[in-house]
Amino acid sequence: MHIPDGFIDLRTAAVAAALAGVGIAIALRDVRGQLPPRRVPLIGLAAAFVFAAQMLNFPVAAGTSGHLIGAVLVCVLLGPAAAVIVMTTVLVLQCLMFADGGVTALGANVLNMGVVAPTVGYTVYSALRRIGPGGLRSVLLAAGFAAWCSTVAAALACAVQLAASGAAPWNLALPAMGGVHMLIGLGEAVITMLVVAVVARARPELIDGTDSGPMSHRALLAYGGLATLALLVFVAPVASSLPDGLDWVAGRLAFAQQAATLQAAPVEGYSLDVAAASPAMATVLAGLIGAAVAFAVAWLVARALTPASRSPATR
Amino acid sequence: MIRERLLSPYQHGASVLHRLPTGFKLGAALALILLIVLLPRNAWGMHGALAAGLAVIAIASRASIRQLLLRLLLVEPLVIGVALLALLRPDGGVLFVSMITKSTLCLASMILLTATTRFSDILDVLRRLRVPALLITSLALTHRFMFVLVEEMQRMLRARRSRTFTDNRAVTWNGSAQVAGRLFVRASERAERVYLAMCARGWEH
Repeated sequence: MHIPDGFIDLRTAAVAAALAGVGIAIALRDVRGQLPPRRVPLIGLAAAFVFAAQMLNFPVAAGTSGHLIGAVLVCVLLGPAAAVIVMTTVLVLQCLMFADGGVTALGANVLNMGVVAPTVGYTVYSALRRIGPGGLRSVLLAAGFAAWCSTVAAALACAVQLAASGAAPWNLALPAMGGVHMLIGLGEAVITMLVVAVVARARPELIDGTDSGPMSHRALLAYGGLATLALLVFVAPVASSLPDGLDWVAGRLAFAQQAATLQAAPVEGYSLDVAAASPAMATVLAGLIGAAVAFAVAWLVARALTPASRSPATR
Repeated sequence: MIRERLLSPYQHGASVLHRLPTGFKLGAALALILLIVLLPRNAWGMHGALAAGLAVIAIASRASIRQLLLRLLLVEPLVIGVALLALLRPDGGVLFVSMITKSTLCLASMILLTATTRFSDILDVLRRLRVPALLITSLALTHRFMFVLVEEMQRMLRARRSRTFTDNRAVTWNGSAQVAGRLFVRASERAERVYLAMCARGWEH
């Protein structure tokens, strides 16, 4: 998902960099306010950990393998503001040291994987923690589903930037990136849950220690508003310059037929029966079904990882 | 793959390129990358000239060309992966080739920069540019400990491999997750010791 140089135009890059800067500034302020000095080195060590953990292979099928992205994992272990700093550090290092991700696209990459992924992930995580019962099982379920949501959200933000720069067509980039990352997100969810389970068994206080209650409303508003703004700023100019409604819908329809052959999304290429009536509705529906599948997977894995005989209440 | 990525990109040397001030090198690399990005998509002549220029600089830097090319090969698949999205456009062919050309030129510039410049020098420039101190601290700590943690992880993986007699996907996933989880626990314990060491040396938050 690292965007290289030469893929997004300078206007998009500048807007993304500005938004990423705002996100980092908010996170820095929060970290300074909340993080005791004792834990400052942990941010650097956690970034080094993410860097190392991204090298671990998780074989999928036919010789392909996935790896952890880690945004939600760090959120669960260190909290959202620290996670933004950790992910930003990883991305800056990858860019400046290993040429992984472009220099001009650094702002966009930080926005997608360093700001959008942890904030969306943490919002979902803390919302699920709030409604769910306590115990390790619900921590795992919340972390798994949040990991899936954060992966898809980061991919969509990436697709929006690529499309806004004219590197890929709108009606294909969003569903293609979203669809592929709905699958990748399942892997991310399972890996995140497995790792959180290991840490919770070994050092439960590392998870409870950061659990300083649900996110404050002000912080939620700040991060949520930023994420929404990030999407709106890019979508708005395109929405106004779109061809008239009919052409647009026709384009979407053509896509709905094309996509069925293009990708193996969880829902057969978004070409459900409703597709004929309203392709936009079908895409939304496919997203909802994907989310339901991800939630079910997270639930099943959480159950499997916390057998009833070893009741989570005793932990 | 892990072993090649583990190599620090910096290649020790004393060429003109190594001795240039870091701020100048960083600025020049940024300007070059900006120029490459701004060039029209079909300015093939300019692209060729820039490629030749970069090749001359690479030879002048006396860095190992093999290592430079290896680094380029390692990141190139990621570029092609993103460029595939352009093929979704009806006229995507030319766009695809031009985007890959541009990114490869930018990658080559960055690889040349990191091969001749220490990361700690780049951090110094960033510090002088008033990047927030917390970000600099965590960048410096990450740079210091990433190789340590990767080595620690490889030791854990080796230990696990030598004790694993049946190998299937579930075992690998579970094993890798165990390694990642344990690695985080060890990293957080190390962070406590690092904090004490930093305080003992007069570090102030």
